[in-house]
Amino acid sequence: MVNPVDLSVRLGPLELRNPVIAASGCFGYGVEYAGVVDLATLGGVAVKGLFLTEREGHPPERIVETPSGMVNAIGLQGIGVHRFIREKMPELRDRGATVLVNICGSTLDEYVELARILSDVEGVAALELNISCPNIKEGGITFGCSLPGTHQVVSAVRRVTPLPVIPKLTPNVTDVAAFARAAEDAGADAVSLVNTFLAMVIDVETRRPELSNVVGGLSGPAIRPIAVRMVYECRQAVKIPVIGMGGIASARDAIEFFIAGASAIQIGTANFVDPFIWGKVLSGIAEYMTRHSIARISDLVGTLDTTAREQQWTSS
Amino acid sequence: MLSVFSVVNQKYHRSPNHEITKCPYTSLVVVDVDAEVVANTRLSADYNVIALAAPAIASDVKPGQFVMVRVGTGSDPLLRRPFSVFEILRDERGRATAITLLNKRVGVGTRLLFKMERGHVVPVLGPLGRPFEPVEPPIRAWLVAGGVGLAPFATLAETLRTRAVDVTLFYGGRSATDLFYVDWFQRLGVRTVLTTEDGTQGERGRVTLPLERALRSIDREQPIMMYACGPEPMLEAVAHLARRFDRPSQVSVERVMGCGLGGCYSCVIRVRQHHGGSHFVRSCIGGPVFRGDEIVW
Repeated sequence: MVNPVDLSVRLGPLELRNPVIAASGCFGYGVEYAGVVDLATLGGVAVKGLFLTEREGHPPERIVETPSGMVNAIGLQGIGVHRFIREKMPELRDRGATVLVNICGSTLDEYVELARILSDVEGVAALELNISCPNIKEGGITFGCSLPGTHQVVSAVRRVTPLPVIPKLTPNVTDVAAFARAAEDAGADAVSLVNTFLAMVIDVETRRPELSNVVGGLSGPAIRPIAVRMVYECRQAVKIPVIGMGGIASARDAIEFFIAGASAIQIGTANFVDPFIWGKVLSGIAEYMTRHSIARISDLVGTLDTTAREQQWTSS
Repeated sequence: MLSVFSVVNQKYHRSPNHEITKCPYTSLVVVDVDAEVVANTRLSADYNVIALAAPAIASDVKPGQFVMVRVGTGSDPLLRRPFSVFEILRDERGRATAITLLNKRVGVGTRLLFKMERGHVVPVLGPLGRPFEPVEPPIRAWLVAGGVGLAPFATLAETLRTRAVDVTLFYGGRSATDLFYVDWFQRLGVRTVLTTEDGTQGERGRVTLPLERALRSIDREQPIMMYACGPEPMLEAVAHLARRFDRPSQVSVERVMGCGLGGCYSCVIRVRQHHGGSHFVRSCIGGPVFRGDEIVW
């Protein structure tokens, strides 16, 4: 028997019914999965990164598998913000999804314009700023790899929207905590991390790159320990909540991120392998909390014990 | 807010939205079945037919649809593999109990599936994708298969023969050892036209050779529908023949696929738009079956 536990989380002004969010770029626009999972049972749905206009994305091949991971270079194929609002938002609202809209621009003005447009749309719960996509040249990452750039884009968006602003950070920097601080200083309500790690795979027989874009972003269980470390570093560096992600494929993996300091987590690649993962992770978290007498999920966040280990007396 | 989640530990997970009719994506009910391997028949050194106990999928799947199979147990290989459903197996009362997959050993995943023993349990997600549209008499059906591309045609041929459609299978492979189930199709009343590239069985050459002859010789007044599955250059050749002879075609494409549900955007193919131009369509939910004249080859 499972005792009721409180899974609700508060990320600054953003309240979620539970801490498990579908990661952007791994869940389409959410509606694709409505036949598989009740979207209202998720903590949130971070929709695929949106530009102002439609984008074609890169030609295939777009993904390649690696040991315990995959490298992707989709190139942000997307329908643009206007079609999203018209074609996808009504269904997301009907289904009771908590929608985090991931936005991406080539220029500062595009981020600002996207934020303005989405601020007036009913049912948008928060903006996740994609300043970390490794797969397109013309934007996003140029802000995410520079401290002044990160500060600039976050504060510009902050000025024009009442919605919670959550920049999504890239791990492809030397000191990710410095970027979390820059985001916090600029008025971010939370930060989410990590996006994918720049990577590439070569077919040695043909000596050709496996991806049409040559390089892509690595995700999946292979990156999880690095992501946990980065979440831990950011938790130490900022007061705003941290949303953790990177290779989470089970309740155990999610709990590791909570202990490291994540107030909520996102699941991406693992959803490709098991689209029914959501209920399993949520029930696994609840079971863990019951077993450890933790009433509220927030009581688990950042509880890493680094004190010296005591010798255990064990009878053999 | 207090939330209680019951531990999900059923044999399969059923989607929660049976009643929803708005969802334009794949099947209304997608299930993940822990399917037991009930038989694994090696057809040759590289091909096998593996039977998986999955009644929930077997009873629902339509010709041309596919399943995503998790062939590994750990995280390497990480992703599921897409497979067309080959046969639907029934018990003595006629209830669908299992599906089979026609597998060719080429990579890591297919090698695991080739070796898999009876009793092994594999997660199978489906049914997925847009199926073939079966025709009715007097339209004749011409199925064009290349190698392992035979897979979706067993269930399609059954459906068509049940409707008393006149069916011909044009089936090509590299060698005689790449052609299977020819008797099976013949017993169903399907006319078979075989080709091998080395001439060891049927006509020597590619499958499009007899297909083109047949297109040239058939009465213009006789309506036909061409269905094709196989390597992409073969699909392209079939679509071009269809256009040249002004005949309709449906082709089933195979792309590198990450999820099968429209989440990852990896399996795209370029498709013509109504108002001109073209765009990338996810073959998992927009296909895998497309009209031959929709695709930009």
